[in-house]
Amino acid sequence: MNILVCISKVPDTTSKIAFTDNNTKFDTTNVQFIVNPSDEWYALVRALELKETLGGNVTIITVGPTEDDAIIRKALAIGADDAVRINAHPQDSYYVAAQIAEYAKTKNFDLILTGKETIDYNNAEVGGMIAELMGWEYITPANKLDVNGRIARVESEVGGETRVLECEMPLVISAAKGMADQRIPNMRGIMAARTKPIHVVEPAPIDSQVAITHFEMPPAKAGVKLIDPENMDELVRLLHNEAKVI
Amino acid sequence: MSVLVFVEASNGKIKKAGFEGVVYGKLSGSPVTAVVCGEADAAEVASLGEYGANHVLHVKKNYDAGALVDVMAAAADKTGASLIVFPFDNTGKAIAPRLSARLKAGLVSGALGVPTTTEGAFKVKKNVFSGKAIAEVEIKTDKKIVAFSPNSVGLQKSEGTASIEEFSPTVKESKIKLVETKKLEGDVPLPEAELVVSAGRGLKGPENWGMIEELAKVIGAATACSRPVADAHWRPHHEHVGQTGVAIRPNLYIAIGISGAIQHLAGVNQSKVIVVVNNDPEAPFFKAADYGVVGDAFQVVPRMIEAFKKFKASQH
Ligand SMILES: Cc1cc2nc3c(=O)[nH]c(=O)nc-3n(C[C@H](O)[C@H](O)[C@H](O)COP(=O)(O)OP(=O)(O)OC[C@H]3O[C@@H](n4cnc5c(N)ncnc54)[C@H](O)[C@@H]3O)c2cc1C
Repeated sequence: MNILVCISKVPDTTSKIAFTDNNTKFDTTNVQFIVNPSDEWYALVRALELKETLGGNVTIITVGPTEDDAIIRKALAIGADDAVRINAHPQDSYYVAAQIAEYAKTKNFDLILTGKETIDYNNAEVGGMIAELMGWEYITPANKLDVNGRIARVESEVGGETRVLECEMPLVISAAKGMADQRIPNMRGIMAARTKPIHVVEPAPIDSQVAITHFEMPPAKAGVKLIDPENMDELVRLLHNEAKVI
Repeated sequence: MSVLVFVEASNGKIKKAGFEGVVYGKLSGSPVTAVVCGEADAAEVASLGEYGANHVLHVKKNYDAGALVDVMAAAADKTGASLIVFPFDNTGKAIAPRLSARLKAGLVSGALGVPTTTEGAFKVKKNVFSGKAIAEVEIKTDKKIVAFSPNSVGLQKSEGTASIEEFSPTVKESKIKLVETKKLEGDVPLPEAELVVSAGRGLKGPENWGMIEELAKVIGAATACSRPVADAHWRPHHEHVGQTGVAIRPNLYIAIGISGAIQHLAGVNQSKVIVVVNNDPEAPFFKAADYGVVGDAFQVVPRMIEAFKKFKASQH
């Protein structure tokens, strides 16, 4: 079974968020970059587990410049077999999805996995766009994934219920909490990752559809109002009369 | 600017995000056509007029997300809409990106307010970096899609009626089969809950969740938890909120024995009002809170339950 896992480079979860160039660009000074958590913990790890039981190959793909090789090596150290980097700045979700679809169309993947959302731009768009461009079915969010012959069985939690879905492969799946647990790369994995191939592919001519024009910080909170722990009637009164939420 | 709004319905009822989508559509342009997808009572459908719909296309069959992409594409074609509106919830996430790629219509997901169009540039603000910043995004294509964050414009009613038409476009048969549906534990589904009671490692063990469930029950809230609590299987993983779990934006979030790590806040900082109970006055969560109670959860929560019970009784 051949699985393509899409990974995205994002700032570490504790990064200070700041902007430059008159608040039009994300300031990357001193920012540590990581593999987007749901791409790594859920999509990649589940792909590796499936490969370990069913055989096959796990390829990771990202759209980004040379600097992204660092997070690609991290994903290879966790256990992916090989990697593809589309050598371009990821302009918007459509641009990224279209580049990945262009590449995937030339190969024979059974499954394309993405994380349910990245923690930088919080778009949750790339998976669905790839599915559409490939003409494949799409399931999001996927909280469990099993494969039996040509059939993928997915559990998807939507609106207070779990839907158990079955679909013949190929399809695109966006992975969320529940699908797998984080794997820490071991020394052997890290050594092996150094020599695994990263195929660099030049981008196809594709126009982006949206662009960020400006960043701003959210309005600051007014500050916490402390309430006497002996007096919960006061809390209830404030929630009713002042905050008007109950 | 003619607007098309995706409205989800099931078991006779229209989802709250569907009403809000119509309000969002009305504030963004006109005329507004609501595409109601799923079973909905006639009165529910008609009431969309009061929220701003001029016209309703009612698709009575229950379709999955893939077929709904076909439905929305057909509706866009029929109405010639230049803006299509979805809620940024799990259903919207399964449809909007596919429609965007199909129609070559630029998409902004998680919009916070209605678009502006100064000097012909269509721009809309959205959350980025898990609520730590806001970005203004321009859509450059002729057709545009916006998926709005629930509770970003709220519900506003006025006078108004909508013409209603049954709509049954042809859709491609889905290859995805629904094998079974299991109801998740808890009476109130977390992603849509208006009130949420959440607890963390400060509760010491799963045996102490009785009071959390009771508090949630008294006020009609959903229950949630921090990541280590779900990882340790003290609570089911669908309750895990935060950057790597579910992101929520209820009206009220009560956090009990949760330190307020940045990854936790990323999933809850859009809540309208935050109450924090923690015995450590230095807990970082207090900085993100509206109301704080410095005290031992095992004493504070039972008192809170009594206070809410008293309040509920006085309301009748
Ligand atoms: C990449 C990444 C992603 C992550 N994603 C998430 C995520 O999505 N969601 C998430 O929640 N976490 C996430 N985390 C973990 C996060 O960093 C914190 O470790 C976690 O949120 C802490 O959970 P907690 O507050 O329950 O526990 P703790 O940090 O242990 O805090 C327990 C709190 O309870 C208080 N307490 C103790 N006893 C009492 C008492 N008797 N009464 C009242 N208060 C008491 C303590 O003062 C303390 O503040 C992530 C971490 C990483 C690295």
